[in-house]
Amino acid sequence: MIETAAAPTRRLEWQVAEVREIVVETFRVKSLLLHVPGWQGHLPGQHVDIRLTAEDGYQAQRSYSIASPPEDELLSLTVEKVDNGEVSPYLVGDIRAGDQFELRGPIGGYFVWTVAMRGPLWLIAGGSGIAPLMAMLRHRSRRKVRNPALLLYSSRSLEDVIYREELDAMARRDPDLRVINTLTRKQPEGWKGYRRRIDKGLLAEACFPSERNPNIFVCGPTSLVEAASGFLVELGHEPRTIKTERFGPSGWAP
Amino acid sequence: MNETPISRGFRSRRQEQDAKNRLPPGQYVTRDFPVLSAGPTPQTKVEDWTFALQLGASRLGKWNWAEFDALPQTTIKTDIHCVTKWSKFDTAWQGVTFDDLLSAVGLTEPAEPYIMAHCDGGYTTNIPVEDLIDGKGMVVTRYEGLPIPPAHGGPARLLVPHLYFWKSAKWVRSLRFMEQDERGFWESLGYHNYGDPWKEQRYDGD
Repeated sequence: MIETAAAPTRRLEWQVAEVREIVVETFRVKSLLLHVPGWQGHLPGQHVDIRLTAEDGYQAQRSYSIASPPEDELLSLTVEKVDNGEVSPYLVGDIRAGDQFELRGPIGGYFVWTVAMRGPLWLIAGGSGIAPLMAMLRHRSRRKVRNPALLLYSSRSLEDVIYREELDAMARRDPDLRVINTLTRKQPEGWKGYRRRIDKGLLAEACFPSERNPNIFVCGPTSLVEAASGFLVELGHEPRTIKTERFGPSGWAP
Repeated sequence: MNETPISRGFRSRRQEQDAKNRLPPGQYVTRDFPVLSAGPTPQTKVEDWTFALQLGASRLGKWNWAEFDALPQTTIKTDIHCVTKWSKFDTAWQGVTFDDLLSAVGLTEPAEPYIMAHCDGGYTTNIPVEDLIDGKGMVVTRYEGLPIPPAHGGPARLLVPHLYFWKSAKWVRSLRFMEQDERGFWESLGYHNYGDPWKEQRYDGD
């Protein structure tokens, strides 16, 4: 697989982030636009650790992907509310513009795409797994790079499609970008698109063939990433060209 | 350093307060078993699986699945801690200790002070031998008495539970002695070279 970046030499210090703006993305998802003084910059696909401190001193840490491109001034984190979660209900439900919390990063040097990487870009997302992939698409758009790009995005319903208007607008402006949605649970009347979970047939139809050597990034719930990346290997894609990020439980409990 | 901002209205929902002494800083307890891997899950069949102990280019020992299964088996119940913040208590594993691997190839002491683990898919991780001997490290082939599913590292994974779980490499196929320490996959990508959860050594410089 393995291409490696030089290891950083200085410690990632905790920094204070201030919420400047909150964007409601769906019923369950919000984006927090953060002002981070002295932010050192990031690459599309990287994430940050955040740390919340309660009034009694209790602290909790979580990791969130960065959804904004390096070109933007504010850092955007897109957060889905996890029922019975500890941190996400606070970030989605309670936090207000002007509030502060701590953050450190950027973290991760493998699940990364920049315009310097050549070849077609193939992104496969499930739910809020779109966030780090959106950083890549926004980066590509800001830099006006015209490599062929394809996003295959699985959501439960049209209302659950995060960044829907922005993605539509991006695809309208850019003939080299295709956005393909599949809606797995509920479809609007007259929906002509896919309506099933990502399977091998769908990956064979809505794809770059392996001969074109696409850079492939898959991010979403474990079940989707396991299935999609396995099918991609069966379809002839080299495992080292497929980079994955998984979240959520595996559903494995012997 | 800035003063730590307080998140008013944020409070702990942690139910297992007895977890305090078992939970390293910055971690939370999960009952699930999350999966994290950098690429597709390799699907190696046990018929095709082999495991080797290497010293440079020379092979100290090599086993197929049946031979490996015939080595002395050890079971362990232990807590595991992932750098992405989840910890899982009381996970039960079975496999072969590093000590028993050394005995099996006739070594009375380790050949060199460092180990690189090599895995299907190209993943690597480095570990000091000191952290593998005296029962501290194993190559495991069963979880809760059952074969380990591929997504969780089967057929066999390394288990070094006192370090962050990326050191417990999935799909392990060989352990190679090294005279000098070298960085593995995540260790070259900004993660800590050693990874002690109790010192919160998540990233380089921690």
